Amino acid sequence: MALAFDEYGRPFIILREQESKSRLRGLDAQKANIAAGVAVSRILRTSLGPKGMDKMLQSPDGDITITNDGATILEQMDVDNQIGKLMVELSRSQDYEIGDGTTGVVVMAGSLLEQAEKLLERGIHPIRVAEGFEISSRIAVDHLEKIADKFDFSATDIEPLVQTCMTTLSSKIVNRCKRSLAEIAVKSVMAVADLERKDVNLDLIKVEGKVGGKLEDTELIYGIIVDKDMSHPQMPKQIEDAKIAILTCPFEPPKPKTKHKVDIDTVEKFQTLRKQEQKYFDDMVQKCKDVGATLVICQWGFDDEANHLLMHRNLPAVRWVGGVELELIAIATGGRIVPRFQELTTDKLGKAGLVREKAFGTTKDRMLYIEHCANSKAVTVFIRGGNKMMIEETKRSIHDALCVARNLIRNNSIVYGGGAAEISCSIAVEAAADKYPGVEQYAIRAFADALDSVPMALAENSGLQPIETLSAVKAQQIKENNHCFGIDCNDTGTNDMREQNVFETLIGKQQQILLATQVVKMILKIDDVISPSDY
Amino acid sequence: MAVEKLFKDEATEEKGERARMASFVGAMAIADLVKTTLGPKGMDKILQSTGRGHSVTVTNDGATILKSLHIDNPAAKVLIDISKVQDDEVGDGTTSVVVLAGELLREAEKLVGSKIHPMTIISGFRMASECARSALLDRVKDNKDDAEKFRSDLMRIAKTTLSSKILSQDKEHFAKLAVDAVMRLKGSTNLESIQIIKKAGGSLKDSFLDEGFILDKKIGLGQPKRIENANILVANTAMDTDKVKIYGARVRVDSMAKVAQIEGAEKEKMREKVQKIIGHGINCFVNRQLIYNFPEELFADAGILAIEHADFEGIERLGLVTGGEIASTFDNPESVKLGHCKLIEEIMIGEDKLIHFSGVEMGQACTIVLRGASFHVLDEAERSLHDALCVLSQTVNDSRVLLGGGWPEMVMAKAVDELARKTPGKKSHAIEAFSRALIAIPTTIADNAGLDSAELVAQLRAEHHKEDSNAGIDVITGSVGDMSELGISEAFKVKQAVLLSATEAAEMILRVDEIITCAPRRREDRM
Repeated sequence: MALAFDEYGRPFIILREQESKSRLRGLDAQKANIAAGVAVSRILRTSLGPKGMDKMLQSPDGDITITNDGATILEQMDVDNQIGKLMVELSRSQDYEIGDGTTGVVVMAGSLLEQAEKLLERGIHPIRVAEGFEISSRIAVDHLEKIADKFDFSATDIEPLVQTCMTTLSSKIVNRCKRSLAEIAVKSVMAVADLERKDVNLDLIKVEGKVGGKLEDTELIYGIIVDKDMSHPQMPKQIEDAKIAILTCPFEPPKPKTKHKVDIDTVEKFQTLRKQEQKYFDDMVQKCKDVGATLVICQWGFDDEANHLLMHRNLPAVRWVGGVELELIAIATGGRIVPRFQELTTDKLGKAGLVREKAFGTTKDRMLYIEHCANSKAVTVFIRGGNKMMIEETKRSIHDALCVARNLIRNNSIVYGGGAAEISCSIAVEAAADKYPGVEQYAIRAFADALDSVPMALAENSGLQPIETLSAVKAQQIKENNHCFGIDCNDTGTNDMREQNVFETLIGKQQQILLATQVVKMILKIDDVISPSDY
Repeated sequence: MAVEKLFKDEATEEKGERARMASFVGAMAIADLVKTTLGPKGMDKILQSTGRGHSVTVTNDGATILKSLHIDNPAAKVLIDISKVQDDEVGDGTTSVVVLAGELLREAEKLVGSKIHPMTIISGFRMASECARSALLDRVKDNKDDAEKFRSDLMRIAKTTLSSKILSQDKEHFAKLAVDAVMRLKGSTNLESIQIIKKAGGSLKDSFLDEGFILDKKIGLGQPKRIENANILVANTAMDTDKVKIYGARVRVDSMAKVAQIEGAEKEKMREKVQKIIGHGINCFVNRQLIYNFPEELFADAGILAIEHADFEGIERLGLVTGGEIASTFDNPESVKLGHCKLIEEIMIGEDKLIHFSGVEMGQACTIVLRGASFHVLDEAERSLHDALCVLSQTVNDSRVLLGGGWPEMVMAKAVDELARKTPGKKSHAIEAFSRALIAIPTTIADNAGLDSAELVAQLRAEHHKEDSNAGIDVITGSVGDMSELGISEAFKVKQAVLLSATEAAEMILRVDEIITCAPRRREDRM
């Protein structure tokens, strides 16, 4: 332990309770960190690609998640190691930014770390390694830009988008019906997309799941589904051309925020109060009726009396609708959320062509469909599946596909999947390495090797000979000067990814390389780990 | 360099082969657990809860057994989940789905052992399940247009479903009950309108279907016990003291005289309310909430039958059968729809008095009264009947019917076998395995009946080699028999759901190559 002394020769206290803390310094610290990072990435490595395996995760409460999605696996993994947590963050930020490629980014970072360790052993300073990685990541990103293809799609021709989404879905358990799911994802994104501004608000797409039925029954609904039923069992189950009043005030007597008391001391007061109360309910319902509403959707509950009055006046109502759903309904139907009965006017009502209640299975599950809305800019993807885990996994897969479609609308450049882009980058980086004088050259070469690890993992997971396959593809790319060759995971006989229609988004790939490099740089720069000892 | 600690304390990780083994073993253990309950000669299980009272359930229903188990193995939980979903979706086949998934995994284990990649197995299974489904589709019968035949189909399905349950002794009787009840629903799948009342005493044979509606309540004192041509008001309103609902209101008085006045006003208010209710021209009033003595007395004076504290479902059903609406305000009597029925009377079942509404307007709802020796028998009878009702109501919507007794499995196995012979590549092993897993179901049925399963299944397979065979296992005589003659049928929807969810679950478990278990959340000891 390093000690500092003041002018009287007494040791300074730099770290409180120094003895009880474990401390790793220098190369040991870096190696320990690298080992942790690699361990995390190794867990995800087998999940990569269309033949990747799933992980089963059991939460502290005993719930089971079965998934293939990198971000979800890491999120649920209960990692304690600090560096492990960094990797979790890494995958999460890829998820937030891009939504797809969460496994790839961690595998990439892991192999960069592996390469870095070798360089460190040779005595190269970590900062030089980090700088070399930085340079090469820039080369790789630029190269990706060069090899990226633009492809055109329009509101009517969505085929290219569907193809890209299918690439994403093919690595998930839902690949059985990837075609239909990809179509659903693309159609829903197109429905809410603002093609002028090239922007998509994914909040407008609601993904709702219900256990039962089969995956093929999954459907896209141009409207909203609410997991609620009518407040009174005898209200009509189907309303056409509904005018919807969206309320955030309860059908209950008012509760002023200021404290107050109404004192009753005479019989007259008692009676007037009673009259008022009855009138209050009557007024509320009358108000809704007056503005012409044919359906009331309310965030709060109803009093029994109000409920009956609504029923009586033939005004169907739904209660306890959540805030987010309420907002979506408002967007979809073009209505306004009304916080007070007094403010209810005809033009604040939302409009929907059809509202119906639908029952499922043998239990009394009912859901409310709001369809043919005035503004079709809010859609719902309704997932059915054999069991809860299946639905959850499908939700995640659809989310990934939605993100991919959105990214393509933002930026319609694509690169080829199946490891083709990585191999091409690796060749480019390798070629650039020789031009750099100094130690960085080694780091750049190492980066090229690390890039190879993604196709390598793909080949491994698909049961191919990893080294043989990779070198063959690499040679082919150089010989024919064609960057479309990748790993043929599905045994289709060709490894031209353009023919196989395996695409990935350019920004997704770029982001993967940049994020992975950043995290690796960060890990490499740490040379001192101080952790409190076990208590 | 080994990483010292990646996960939190107590979190465990299992990889590769070990993980796969753990999930196979767990899933198969669950399948074996429920295996013995399959088929008409399947045995029951006793479940004892760890909760208060250690209540005991005796059942044969797969979903009920699995629901009550405390399982730690993640793969086993997947199987429990599919059984639950099967119960919710079609109501029956909860055991079969687990057994099939278990058999699929057993076969998959062997394939993995002989170095076939799980993904190859999965794609083989998928092809096989698709092929099996289309084989079933080819052989379904649909008698929707012929009402007479359709009814007999329903009867057969009900009998087949019930024959594996405790009700098998009186399956004829109960099948008729169930079919009658479901036919009344007229295509709706809302089983809530079929009320099942359990009363201990008598024997199962004494159970009956009542066309009317029975409410498990007593009639208030001093009120008429029998009403003809009743006008019923169904209500959900407070009949105790009507609270002032405006927030912050309170009574504040300074003398006893005032208290008396206010009390008087309150009473007056209640009297007014009762008067209004009576003003509807009714002679029966059913309320979901309590009715205090005072209003009850008023009702009795007016000669009105007042029933208090009917539960919510009871009220809803009553509204449904009598065609009245559930009212909470009583200011404009002319627009409230009243319910009607020909006769209300108090009846006795066993020792209990119940209120019986007969001659109701809308015949949709009905009541099944179950009688039996003990509560356990009744509970199990209810579950069995529920299964039958579920299947029937689903069949009414999707009227495709198959034969039973292992027939569908053999048809599927045959088609899948043929597919395996045509498919090149490693997948064909997986497809073959799928057909073996299918055959395991008739094998289990035969085993459970104490028959020579190997012999029977071999005979069955030979029989099915002929075109359009109707052969299945006749458990009663212990031989291969013609299922259409024996009248053993199953609903297509159930079989399809079994096939698809079992394949899906097996697929899910097969795809897993790593299990990460988080440290269990610490709970404070409440003991």
